[in-house]
Amino acid sequence: MNRTHIIRIIQSCILTAAAVPAFAQIDLSGSWQSINHEDALERGGGPYTVDYAGLPFTENGRARALSYSQSQLSMPERICAFYTQFHMLLGPFGLKIWNETEPLNGRTIAWKIGAWEDKDTTTIWMDGRPHPSKYAPHEKAGFTTGEWDGDTLTTYTTHMPAGYIRRNGSPSSDQATMTLHFFRHGDLLTMVGILEDPVNLSEPYIISRSYQSSTNMGPTAAAPCIVGDEGPKEGEVPHFAPGKNPNVDELTKLYGIPPEAALGGAETMYPDFRKKIKDKFVLPPKCTENCGGPRGGGGAAAGGPGAAPPPPPPPR
Amino acid sequence: MRNWNFNLTRTTLLVGGTAALLLAAVPLQAQRGGGRAAPPNAKASAPIDLTGYWVSVITEDWRYRMVTPTKGDYQSVPMTQESRRIADMWDPAKDEASGNQCKSYGAPALWRVPGRVHITWKDDETLQAEVDTGTQTRLFHFGDWKPAGGEASWQGDSVATWEGRGAGRGGAGGGPGGPGGPPRSGSLKVVTTHLKSGYLRKNGVPYSEDANLTEYYDMAKEKNGDQWMVITVVVTDPKYLTQPFVVSSQFKKQADATGWDPTPCSSRW
Repeated sequence: MNRTHIIRIIQSCILTAAAVPAFAQIDLSGSWQSINHEDALERGGGPYTVDYAGLPFTENGRARALSYSQSQLSMPERICAFYTQFHMLLGPFGLKIWNETEPLNGRTIAWKIGAWEDKDTTTIWMDGRPHPSKYAPHEKAGFTTGEWDGDTLTTYTTHMPAGYIRRNGSPSSDQATMTLHFFRHGDLLTMVGILEDPVNLSEPYIISRSYQSSTNMGPTAAAPCIVGDEGPKEGEVPHFAPGKNPNVDELTKLYGIPPEAALGGAETMYPDFRKKIKDKFVLPPKCTENCGGPRGGGGAAAGGPGAAPPPPPPPR
Repeated sequence: MRNWNFNLTRTTLLVGGTAALLLAAVPLQAQRGGGRAAPPNAKASAPIDLTGYWVSVITEDWRYRMVTPTKGDYQSVPMTQESRRIADMWDPAKDEASGNQCKSYGAPALWRVPGRVHITWKDDETLQAEVDTGTQTRLFHFGDWKPAGGEASWQGDSVATWEGRGAGRGGAGGGPGGPGGPPRSGSLKVVTTHLKSGYLRKNGVPYSEDANLTEYYDMAKEKNGDQWMVITVVVTDPKYLTQPFVVSSQFKKQADATGWDPTPCSSRW
């Protein structure tokens, strides 16, 4: 054994001891069943057409959302359009998470979150690689890096394409970025996501949701999508012209929510907004649509682990 | 030369191994309060600092939280049939008349109420969370605290523990790790019992006096300086829930008390 070997052994011992916190992490792998006890419509059949309450929209974001028609998804060009990675926070599905390791030392180089039928696989690079140039292509998977802060995995996603942050056409731009935090408490996993978009959002938009560890296999792949003809005329993009969206008063009619609240904006996220709408709110006598309950879509059948999402709202 | 190498090998391995063990032992020593015999109290051993003013950010369940939900709107709550029967009889006037305006401000529902939270250390073993909307106060007791008994209450009896890799090493609460010390992480777990029956939602979705509550308080700091507190709440109730009811709520750290506005409970708004 020469001096070089000895010095390397010493360095190795010291680095191993010193590096323990840096590599410390908890195991996120496994199948996680979504617990859909909040935002039932969002995670089920989809939100009302003009429900932007709690969204920190800019004027641009609101205008684009109001012009959106769901029929756009029938266009051959868009029929196979996936959602962006932010859909993980809003869609109905659970998670399948696994790690990919470096063969020589077993170290995790990436965490993977399986695809859904309308979301691409997420790859969270843990090996310190940089994000690509801002001119690099924006793909449905985006580009995600992660690091551990104690027991919390924090990830950062860039290079997402333009897409939707609610399934009612609320838009996100290709400049949007997403931060996720994964908090594991035994069999419970809480995921917190923060979307920032300089084009459509005036403030970061935060969503949190929880999952239950499950022995049922979570989703791992997207089904192949085949472009078909669903009827829209070639060359036309279904939309609503400014001021012509027929659904702006839908939440008002059904739930008494003032239109200014339904149209969103940063102030609708904060408690003080309640003072502004208190005198305008009229409590309807009875719930008439998407009311849930043990026999409807909101009881156990629409709730937690193993449960199916609530039924979609009737066609409008 | 061979002998020299042998001696160097033994000596250096001994030195290297000792250094490694010393480095590895640092957290253990910190956990023991730098060698002092007395274990650190809850405040000193806090792995995260939850104190300060926080404002709730309502981006989820908006129609159930920012306005009064319509009678019969129970979506996403895993209710039993009996629960529905009770909820269908919701009558805010009756609650007002019986002095039960705070039924939707009990611990299982409190973090869904839009408002501000002020968290402070009441003493070294008790964390206090005051909420302006409804003027409620929760007390999280660490250590070997035992409830005094008596009548059940809206906020119940809460036992708290620190969890996670940084728990017990001190720091955020002013202990050995202190501001500027080594990075810490962890979370607060709170288990609450002895609750007075109330509402999970303002429109009368009930929880019973048999309900139990487990909460996890986590924190995240963003690149732009924002600090978030995320509270995951698990409510179990053999009487009115078919499965644990799980929701998570987020709060943004404020620099000061701006917007703090204590208001009384309301059955209607």
